Amino acid sequence: MIFRIMAGLAAFALPFSAMAQEKVLKAVMHADVRVIDPIWTTQTIANIHGALVYDTLFGNDADQKPQPQMVGKYEISPDRLTYTFTLRDGLKFHDGSPVTSKDAIASIKRWGAKDGVGQRLMGFVTALDAVDDKTFKMVLREPYGMVLESLGKTGSSIAAIMREKDAQTDPQQQVKESIGSGPYIFAKDQWVPGSKAVYLKNKDYVPRTEAPSSFAGAKIPGVDRIELIWISDPQTAMSALVNGEIDFYENPNTDFLPLLAKAKGVKLMKTGVIDSTQGMIRLNHLHPPFNNVKARQAMYYLVNQEDFLRAIVGDPKYYRVCPGLLTCGGPYENDGGTAFFKEYNPKKALQLLKEAGYNGEPITILATTDHNTITPATQVLIQAMREAGINVDVQSMDWGSVVSRRAKKEPPAQGGWNIFITTSGGVGTANPVLHTWIGAACDKGLFGWPCDPEIEKLRNAFGMASSEDERKKIAKELQTKAMEQVVYIPFGQWDTPLAYRADRIDGIVPNTGLAVLWGITKK
Amino acid sequence: MTAYIVRRLFATLPVMAVVALFVFFLLRLAPGDPAAIIAGEDATSEAIAAVRAKLGLDRPLVEQFVVWLWALLQGDMGVSIFSNLPVTRLMAQRVEPTIALTLSTLFVAVSLAIPIGVVAAWKARKLVDRLVMGFAVLGFAMPVFVLAYVLIYFFAVQWQLLPVQGYQPLSAGLWPFAESLILPSVALGVTYMALIARITRASMLEVLQQDYIRTANAKGLATDRVLLLHALKNASVPIVTVIGIGIALLISGVVITETVFNIPGLGRLTVDAVLKRDYPIVQGLILVFAAAKVIVNLIIDISYAFLDPRIRY
Repeated sequence: MIFRIMAGLAAFALPFSAMAQEKVLKAVMHADVRVIDPIWTTQTIANIHGALVYDTLFGNDADQKPQPQMVGKYEISPDRLTYTFTLRDGLKFHDGSPVTSKDAIASIKRWGAKDGVGQRLMGFVTALDAVDDKTFKMVLREPYGMVLESLGKTGSSIAAIMREKDAQTDPQQQVKESIGSGPYIFAKDQWVPGSKAVYLKNKDYVPRTEAPSSFAGAKIPGVDRIELIWISDPQTAMSALVNGEIDFYENPNTDFLPLLAKAKGVKLMKTGVIDSTQGMIRLNHLHPPFNNVKARQAMYYLVNQEDFLRAIVGDPKYYRVCPGLLTCGGPYENDGGTAFFKEYNPKKALQLLKEAGYNGEPITILATTDHNTITPATQVLIQAMREAGINVDVQSMDWGSVVSRRAKKEPPAQGGWNIFITTSGGVGTANPVLHTWIGAACDKGLFGWPCDPEIEKLRNAFGMASSEDERKKIAKELQTKAMEQVVYIPFGQWDTPLAYRADRIDGIVPNTGLAVLWGITKK
Repeated sequence: MTAYIVRRLFATLPVMAVVALFVFFLLRLAPGDPAAIIAGEDATSEAIAAVRAKLGLDRPLVEQFVVWLWALLQGDMGVSIFSNLPVTRLMAQRVEPTIALTLSTLFVAVSLAIPIGVVAAWKARKLVDRLVMGFAVLGFAMPVFVLAYVLIYFFAVQWQLLPVQGYQPLSAGLWPFAESLILPSVALGVTYMALIARITRASMLEVLQQDYIRTANAKGLATDRVLLLHALKNASVPIVTVIGIGIALLISGVVITETVFNIPGLGRLTVDAVLKRDYPIVQGLILVFAAAKVIVNLIIDISYAFLDPRIRY
């Protein structure tokens, strides 16, 4: 009897040999995979999931230039109104069915109904028809220069190609299955939401022959299995990396960077210049005092970007002062409107606010208490406003409550707000069309609801521009106008390096909007 | 006894009904909107409203409550707003780690706390007693997460003896299973141990002054027999009570411990669901926790009858 019990225990203690031979990448991302539909939500993590499981027609390379991905060849008519796409050979969904034009068309339509960039593109599209199983045409009402960039974009939401039957799901509802044609297969039966999402190598995936570059080129699955593990506590995640329990940590807390830099076997990789984060102070244009442009401009006197960046990041190696709205270091960085930024002068700010009609009424600021960058940034702003003598009504709440309350258009006294702080990824803010926070589409725009038809006209003009020089000229005009209207006040730009076990994994590339995990190999 | 158990079980129904009512409406009254979280950073107010409508969150609260309650009465706790998976499946995925952590913590705490409490009472006001009480005060005062980080730093990061985080099921092997539970059980168990040790000591001190103990000693019985058979058995009712109360404390402790040690249990599921405003999960979990608390209380009450023959229901 005792022998039997001991034999049983020994069997339990034996490792599973099959598991031991598998090459497994264990990665901790910035959030957990809770939603498996990258179109239904713009959550970045859902799109990281989407980029593993689904493929896209085009993929933007490391320079954000669109390159064909699922598309084998394509033609643009001389009048730039008709795009003909032909899918490359060997594309198959994870259920074994071939990828066809119908799948691509249904997927573009669903993405175009939900995603901001997709909606803008579909505004130009008059027809989207299949020519045969592998070829389809997109016809535009007038030339639009961002067709391929939009289809290959690497920020949320990517234009994921799903099976036609999945893509026919109402875009306001989540798809029930996550079956794509990408380099990894989602193992739904092993998914523990809030803990772990598992992806298995797609052995049938046919990669392109070009060298990999961000979302472009060959997507060669580097390991047998990817586990996206969710560790909510940043200190535990850091310790797990140091201890070798995980291989890759996407978003380490900046406080831990010095420790990680010294840890044996661990390396830090700065993300691409364009993949930085931009901080934004959003003012509510609907209610006093910020319904007056003079009051909004007065707030520039309260923002010394260095103060914010030191509070958030600390180490100047990881941040840069950036007074523009378009990503500094990006292709459309310019100095348009940056003259609105003056020296830090609280007295002047209050004087201008008074001239704009401010009479000491409380200004409601939504102060999140649980965000590693927005929380300290909000405290810096509150301090500056108090120093100016502004009556600040600080409404402290968790981030989940902020995202709910910021959608309220009511006056601050009735549950609305005057100011909140947020951040946005540098890939999106680098391009005037992808940069939704620079828009001023009134009621149809983002929270704060800036309203200026001229800004929207310039964003459209940017999309229709036919040359890079023309785009740069429009980008400058747009930024000047947006800064004059104070669509938001930027408070700097910073990087969050990736941390990984250099002694265990290889093939890590800087993020360009979303983490590129498929090319990582195990040593 | 059977009639008593049946009566107590029926008495849980109104308790659960009140819990269900409070949980549902308190969650809805709290700020936050799952639709805004789902829609994402760059979603417009219209997009959020569309998601809210599709989820049925724009319907009157009473209507939402009736729909939820009706489904609940049929054993359906609903589906997660985010993952679209049934709440029962999500809870089933998380039950094993939480039960394993709770039982291992109970094992660590009870198996150490009762002996040291007995020894402290036996050697009252001597050095051993002072040390035990000093440990109890420290253990009770130290927050679980502080101790957890200290343990991780030394045992996992510095000496690399145990893993930092994660949970291994029993099916992965006995040692991987035990190894993943040692640090969390100790971190969570110390507070609990301190509480039980203090109560054991106090209860034993009272019993040790009784006439029958003096008689037992005068008869020349061995000290261990006096302590364990005569004193501890009679001191056990308050100890069992505090163990029962402690199980409720464990539920809150599990939330923190599971977060720090990254154990995918019910505690973490609760925190994540609250932060994401995933109403069906929070509602289901609170009902389950409430039911667990009621059942534990019932078991404790029943155990009194076995420990003390004078108690009859």
